[in-house]
Amino acid sequence: MPSATLLGQSLLSGIFIGGLYALLGLGLSLSWGYLRLINLAHFALAFLGAYLVFQLAGVAGFTVVAAVLVVVPAFFVLGVAMQVMFARFEVAEFASLLVTFGIAIIVESAIQWFWTADLRKFQFEFGTVSIQVGSLFVPVVEAIMFLVAAALSVGTWVFLRFTLVGKALRASAENPDIAAAFGVDHRRLALMLSGFATALAAVAGAFIAMAYTLSPAQMFSWMGVVFAVVILGGLGNPLGVLAAGLVIGVSESLTMALTAPTWAPLVSFTLLIAVLVLRPDRIG
Amino acid sequence: MRPTKRCLPVDFLAQTRRIVAALALGALALGLAAPGGAAPSGPPIRVGGSLALTGPLASTGMVHKLAGEIFVEQINKADGLLGRPVEWVLLDDQSKPDLTRTLYDRLVTADKVDLLIGPYATGSILSAMAVAERHGKMLIHNTFGIPKLAKYGMQFPVYQLGYTPEETFPPKLYDGLTASGASIKTIAIVTSKFPSVHFLSLGAREVAKKRGLTEVMYLEFEFGNRDFGAIAARVRDANPDLLWMGSIGLESNMLLEALKKLNYTPKNHFHLYPAPAPLAVAPEGERALAMTLFEPHPPFTNNPNAAEFVKVYRERAEKAKLPYPEADMQAALGYAQWQVLTAAVKATKSLDDKVLADWLRAHTVDTLLGRMRFNGTHNYGDDLSKVKQIQRGKWFTVWPKESAAPDIKFLVQ
Repeated sequence: MPSATLLGQSLLSGIFIGGLYALLGLGLSLSWGYLRLINLAHFALAFLGAYLVFQLAGVAGFTVVAAVLVVVPAFFVLGVAMQVMFARFEVAEFASLLVTFGIAIIVESAIQWFWTADLRKFQFEFGTVSIQVGSLFVPVVEAIMFLVAAALSVGTWVFLRFTLVGKALRASAENPDIAAAFGVDHRRLALMLSGFATALAAVAGAFIAMAYTLSPAQMFSWMGVVFAVVILGGLGNPLGVLAAGLVIGVSESLTMALTAPTWAPLVSFTLLIAVLVLRPDRIG
Repeated sequence: MRPTKRCLPVDFLAQTRRIVAALALGALALGLAAPGGAAPSGPPIRVGGSLALTGPLASTGMVHKLAGEIFVEQINKADGLLGRPVEWVLLDDQSKPDLTRTLYDRLVTADKVDLLIGPYATGSILSAMAVAERHGKMLIHNTFGIPKLAKYGMQFPVYQLGYTPEETFPPKLYDGLTASGASIKTIAIVTSKFPSVHFLSLGAREVAKKRGLTEVMYLEFEFGNRDFGAIAARVRDANPDLLWMGSIGLESNMLLEALKKLNYTPKNHFHLYPAPAPLAVAPEGERALAMTLFEPHPPFTNNPNAAEFVKVYRERAEKAKLPYPEADMQAALGYAQWQVLTAAVKATKSLDDKVLADWLRAHTVDTLLGRMRFNGTHNYGDDLSKVKQIQRGKWFTVWPKESAAPDIKFLVQ
């Protein structure tokens, strides 16, 4: 029988990794849901963000916060530029898979060229620090990562639901022509959203740099589970993405704690298949 | 643009050859020739192979590339191979065994290389081996982890762990720990299901049982596992005297980081195939144990060739911005496979694969990793493995005693 400490610790671990899944999935979900772009480059951009944070904070001597403050706005601009290109070439939903996969490969090659294929670890003071709460240990970086993921998910949901711009975005995604007739500038909104989604990739990247060892090819190992999170959560649904991230993270973690860890990867995909069978409209 | 031979008239070429030969003879007569002999000339001997230059195995692939380039450069600076320069036709297999198969087919049929040299990692080597067998080519390789699968008669492993490393290596580790004062009564085995890792972990499990160790935990996880939080919690609960981590690449770092976040440090911890650099530089990697065949310190570097390689490799690795610029086991393996290949060619003065293979089966070859023989089952020889440990951010061989670094103790708890 597993101890309460083991269960509690595994639950915490699942919540934290679920937060990262949500953080990675949020930008992807927004661009898929509102721009109809399945952005595989999102993972590559997250890793580019991670490497840039590593370079600035780990090599150039910036503080982590300063590095993030440099990288995130830069990625917003990059996202805007990418959207300009997608709009210019009228990239359709399924064509975007191919185009963004190409971008992902280019970014991976660029990372490998600059930082080499060797593994990089950003060592910093609080990297492995934990706070003890009773018999449980709460890793500081992962806890912050979860809080940021939750804040961004809730904030984005509030923005989309209660602000004029958010409503315009939703209207534009639902019916661009009618939205345009009411004065909604779809192109400008798309630029803003693409910038925001790419900036989210940079935020996720910053936490990947702080919590994981980096290697260029690792970006692809996140794709499956994060896509599962996006589809489970519902396209363009920030709260859904957060909830799905938590469900998958906690399920995986408890599976590892209670049974053979080899079963853990099956959890996310079993959930995904179950949802797609029961609710096929989730990917519509 | 350099003119090709085809552009030149035949009599001009013949005359040039005569002049070059006369100059070479003159130089020899005057004692001006290079110490290693005349500079290589003639068409190059083309040696084909692939490496994981991109993809998940690229970090180690880069190490092998650097080591191989150093060897080829050194041999070409001396007298080459059979007096001819050596050209390494190197392709990127992207860490994909299926692509490796295609590339080796291309090397043999389209590039028409003279000799083959192995790629990195078990899966890709297995692919290359199948192609070599189909074309009757010899294959020397250096990182094949499952000897029982190396059934082709003209394959020669430089990664000499013996034919049954799952039976011979774990006792070596347990002996080393015990002899160094560790009280090992319980063991926890956490292992990836990656094939070349998994079978060795199963071997460690069997040997532990036979030696009367109590197994407090046995866990398997999938290759590519991202979150070790729950596994770390289970390890902490089990609190073994020895943690055997059947890892590959970053998995050891990830588990140790997760353990550190739980404020837990394993008493003694062994890691099968960790990425050497990140584990060495990580504070939680201190005292980690792993398997090795070569480290850049005496007694290995008592061999002047090894000392020179260690020096050159460090310079090149720093230039290439590799985070761990020391010539460790992987670098030495990358170099040693060329030593074996060229030893056979030099001894037989032949490029015939069968002749080379026959010679290798009948002779030993001195390499950076020690003397190797290839006359055992599946051309395996002795188990040359040793145990290394991270101390103050660097790897040192600690067991067996005769291979241990000077003034370095095997640290145990």
